[in-house]
Amino acid sequence: MRRAPSVILIVAAVVALGLVPVLAPPFYANLLVPFYGYAIALLGFNLLFGYGGLLSFGHAMFLGLGAYGAAVIAGVWGIKEFEIVLIGAALAGLVVALPLGWLVVRYTGIFFGMLTLAFGMLTHSVLFKFYHLTGGDSGMRVPRMRLLGLEFAAYNKIELMAGPFYYYCLALMLIAAFLMWRIVHSPFGLHLRSLRDNAQKALYLGVRVHQFRLAAFVISAIYGAIGGAILGFRTGLADPELVYWTHSGHLVFMTVLGGFSSFLGPIIGALALTLLQDQLQSYTQYWRFVLGAILALVVIFLPRGLAGLAADVGSFLSSPRRRPGPVQLPEHSQPGVLGPGLRRDDVA
Amino acid sequence: MTPLIETRGVSKHYGAFRALDDISIAVRAGEFVSIVGPNGAGKTTLVNLLTGLLVPTNGEVYFKGENIAGVGPVALATRGMARTFQLVQIFPQLTVAETIGAAVVTHQGKQWRLLSPLLADEAISARVAEIAGIFGLEQRLATLSRLLSQGEKKLLDVASAFALQPQVILLDEPTSGVSTAEKHTVMKTLVGAARAAGVDAIILVEHDMDLVASYSHRIIALSEGKVLADLPPDAFFADPAIIETVVGKRRGH
Repeated sequence: MRRAPSVILIVAAVVALGLVPVLAPPFYANLLVPFYGYAIALLGFNLLFGYGGLLSFGHAMFLGLGAYGAAVIAGVWGIKEFEIVLIGAALAGLVVALPLGWLVVRYTGIFFGMLTLAFGMLTHSVLFKFYHLTGGDSGMRVPRMRLLGLEFAAYNKIELMAGPFYYYCLALMLIAAFLMWRIVHSPFGLHLRSLRDNAQKALYLGVRVHQFRLAAFVISAIYGAIGGAILGFRTGLADPELVYWTHSGHLVFMTVLGGFSSFLGPIIGALALTLLQDQLQSYTQYWRFVLGAILALVVIFLPRGLAGLAADVGSFLSSPRRRPGPVQLPEHSQPGVLGPGLRRDDVA
Repeated sequence: MTPLIETRGVSKHYGAFRALDDISIAVRAGEFVSIVGPNGAGKTTLVNLLTGLLVPTNGEVYFKGENIAGVGPVALATRGMARTFQLVQIFPQLTVAETIGAAVVTHQGKQWRLLSPLLADEAISARVAEIAGIFGLEQRLATLSRLLSQGEKKLLDVASAFALQPQVILLDEPTSGVSTAEKHTVMKTLVGAARAAGVDAIILVEHDMDLVASYSHRIIALSEGKVLADLPPDAFFADPAIIETVVGKRRGH
């Protein structure tokens, strides 16, 4: 019942995104390229947070890893194939996340958050201080790369971003989302959600709690590094700001804004924040203040984020309550429990 | 016949405090064994040792002839031991089908299938439906666990343990929080389900002597960390000294 309209909505959204470079000025397509980078990173971030119950405050380090990886592979080594850069970034994510994750997934809640924050800060210091390797605060240049072996020599940077690279990123996001959809709906995904809800009970059902948390951590790191490589290519720069803790906070913000309890929430959050930030920056220099206020309001009034709001509006529109006749509540419903703030629902 | 579960001279000390002292017990296939004792007698510690959660200070714990001291719950779940908890344990945001499914995934060894769709796996859904049927939860498969009634949550907790298809199941006060009127119904469901699921042995940790008397083949009484008695129900209840120690002021409730 719910599935059909969701699929139509998703197809419509993909078509609309596909039409942006055709119908809107290049500015908007160019603006949306980082959105794709963030969307991919957040798909991974939410496997860890929304499905695994682990909130990382240092996840930006993996975006930085992807961007610096792109700078090293394409800039220093001169391998200017973006596909190789993506594979390299993913491998870097894997190699870094394995030992780091092995350590940090032993902790949960605030301890996990603080540990990831600490490692993020550590990464920032390394990038900032090792000037001769990383360029310090001026960062490393990420050169223009070939896409699928094509040079696109006739395009300037803006045209490349608003044209071929835009579609490349859209396709990449769709592939990443499809794979993540399969992961969260697999037996592995079920075990991950069970340990999020009750780790002790999960243990006694044979759920390998540490191993599964580590797997989720590594997958989220790979997604983060791929998103970071896109960001690096877009700005042409990998700089320490990418891994600074405020950038990790930015990822959390987008996820909460969109709604971490739904699959598409983080993508919606990334899109909303990208557009919102652009608008606010053109109106006021106090845009951070406004963003902070919005985050507070979302947490208080929309704990399931924009995706939750959309689901509520959708179910209200299709609810039998709007038709005459007695209200039919599910047999075991209790008013407080079924309140809009607490009901969980995977959109789509 | 080799016992399914056996402890040999097991002790568990916390500093100077001896939670368990030189415990040797055995549970064989086909047995329903109850572990009773007043609060602080060491029942919980023994359960945690039997389920591989704690490592004994001295002695060994064997499950199917293997030393399982400290191997942990995951290893035991895959080897055929399941337990339930005194306080009902559920996955609030998972449906009934998903909760049972988590155990079925473990039992069928499919936990590392990262990209195969769960819903399309007919072996998993068939087993989930079968287990739900045994516990009368088949109408609740799509319901979120936290929306179930307290009794249903208890049944789901136990159902998910049964879904591991264990040889031994350890029930830690399965009727706590259940009304006096319902406790026999719950126990009958559990014992019937155990037979239907092919469980070889049941270990029951219980305060309620009425339940213990009705279902056990053998009763092990603990007192101050030691085995006070290990007797069939007739002999157990024939000894006023044991009853006095174990039941104490509870008699007449």
